[in-house]
Amino acid sequence: MLTLEKRPTPSRFWSAATPVVAVILTMIAGGLLFALLGKDPVAAIRTIFWDPLFGEFAWYLRGQLLVKAGPLILIAIGLSLGFRAGIWNIGAEGQYIMGAIFGASVGLAAYPTESRLIFPAMILAGAFGGWLWGTIPAILKTRFNTNEILVSLMLVYVAERILSKAALGFLRNPEGAGFPGSRNFAQYPAASNPELIMGTGMHWGVVAAFIAVIFAYILLQRHILGFQIKLAGQAPRAARFHGVNPARMVMLCLGLSGALAGLAGVFEVTGPAGQISIDFNVGYGFTAIIVAFLGRLNPIGILLAGLLMALTYIGGEMASTNLGLPAAAIQAFQGMLLFFLLAVDVLTNYRIRLFARGAA
Amino acid sequence: MDLGGINPAVLIASLMVASVPILLAAIGELVVEKSGVLNVGVEGMMIMGAICGFITAVSTGNPFLGFAGGAAGGAALAFVFAVLTQSLLANQVATGLALTLFGLGLSSLMGQGYNGIKPPLTGPVPFGPLADLPVIGVILFSHDWVVYFSIAIIAAVWAVLKYTRTGLILRAVGENHDAAHALGYKVGRVRLLAILFGGAMAGMGGAYISLIRVPQWTDGITAGAGWIALAIVVFASWKPWRVLIGGYLFGGISVLQLNLQASGSRIPVEYLSMSPYLITILVLVIMSSGKGRASLNAPAALGQTFHASR
Repeated sequence: MLTLEKRPTPSRFWSAATPVVAVILTMIAGGLLFALLGKDPVAAIRTIFWDPLFGEFAWYLRGQLLVKAGPLILIAIGLSLGFRAGIWNIGAEGQYIMGAIFGASVGLAAYPTESRLIFPAMILAGAFGGWLWGTIPAILKTRFNTNEILVSLMLVYVAERILSKAALGFLRNPEGAGFPGSRNFAQYPAASNPELIMGTGMHWGVVAAFIAVIFAYILLQRHILGFQIKLAGQAPRAARFHGVNPARMVMLCLGLSGALAGLAGVFEVTGPAGQISIDFNVGYGFTAIIVAFLGRLNPIGILLAGLLMALTYIGGEMASTNLGLPAAAIQAFQGMLLFFLLAVDVLTNYRIRLFARGAA
Repeated sequence: MDLGGINPAVLIASLMVASVPILLAAIGELVVEKSGVLNVGVEGMMIMGAICGFITAVSTGNPFLGFAGGAAGGAALAFVFAVLTQSLLANQVATGLALTLFGLGLSSLMGQGYNGIKPPLTGPVPFGPLADLPVIGVILFSHDWVVYFSIAIIAAVWAVLKYTRTGLILRAVGENHDAAHALGYKVGRVRLLAILFGGAMAGMGGAYISLIRVPQWTDGITAGAGWIALAIVVFASWKPWRVLIGGYLFGGISVLQLNLQASGSRIPVEYLSMSPYLITILVLVIMSSGKGRASLNAPAALGQTFHASR
């Protein structure tokens, strides 16, 4: 009879090893899934995890890696702070959309003025939009005690409706012959977010993601606020005695993660996406939840997890064009990764012991 | 009698139909939460039920089997949740989120090739002349069996929780799992059964969307209904009959906004279609604040991991 015995402190080894084990288990289970779909599992896994890095088109796809990883990392860093404090912001997708709409609105309002100030203003507006959308559940939680999980998630659907109104209505390109979607920022240099170094996929959003990783690392390791966030999650009562104001913590974590998601949104819409369109958002806000957990809510871990998740996006696209693997398969694959991660995580906090039944 | 081109009797009848998916999912989740488990993966279980039910109904040609298939699909995903949270002691919120993300992906994978197919029809229950009664006939006697089933299951859950030993054990496990364990009740087993029931109900609710309400398969067909069901449990303060009130309230709002869209209201479609979500938030605010706030009635062990050291 197997029983679980709680460890006095979480195992440091397993804490680092579980994501790796989870990825390997997901590859095996994913291979089985792909075999069920009638695809060669080895070829599918190689197409997803190997070819984008070392295959024939790697010179191009490696650049795409940063394009996809940038927003994932930026959003996941924000989410991880809240998750550490036990504050569940799962509406990052909505904050991402609102950031994009706010940022794009500033840029489109300034069209066709050429000024160096336009792009920074758009970035600030994007962060503000995301902050605003994240602060709504925070205020409702602190003032009215509502559940932030439900409110932040509901606001995603609201944001999606506003996005379709923006793409079809108030932000539509007046010279677009009636097609939905805003002006393309690639044709408006003052407001565009181009690739900084050709072929690397590096744009300002990726730079922001790296800066966020560094700041989050310092915050959590060296700053009193980081200590308070960790304390609020691990021992809420002790945190209160320490003088941590729970309401302030909620406002801070939701607001900050919203602002980072908003930043990701405005960088995406001015750069890789190019314009506000009905479906420019591809679920980064939800995938970032997986990234945050896979990175063990640790900034460096999130950096690696974001790159890995970006790899599955790119590899998934390749597998879908080359092998005819349905695009949805990769989404199921990513969800499976989170399952395995949560499952093997038991090893971090518990020891598995063999006991004869009834001996105790 | 018409109000702005909307017939009230037809409106009531159609809100009863519209609210079935969230009613079923919410009553299932209520039982799960009463046992002390917070499963936020309702959306994932619903959409798995929607696709499993759809595939079963299309391939067998029998809509009744479709609902059974939907319940099985929802319960299968719920079983994964139960293993992770009860045996492997994973965080319930994180696992619930994983359930939703995985369910959305897997359902759209399974649904490849089922787009644009019509499922077999489920007819109304034949009440004979009763259905021809003015107003009452339309409201009470014109529905398919699932509408009556959803009300019956709420009554059954209420009766079981209030009057039976099973209900008492379930509530004891949800209020204080250590005490229930000390009394010799199998906390894990009770919770497993509650989670499976919740999954089956959510799956049936999802199957209702794809088989009757829409009726066809598209990706992401549940569109947040699972999350609204979670909100309704809070709205209902964990009381079965209030689930019915909450469900009909939300059903009413979604039907009303659809009718307003159809009758060419001056409010843009986008703003109308966001109203169910905004009203969910509003209701959560009203129910969660103030002295009589709903959260006071929440099961005491809700969302806590149970690990028996002995």
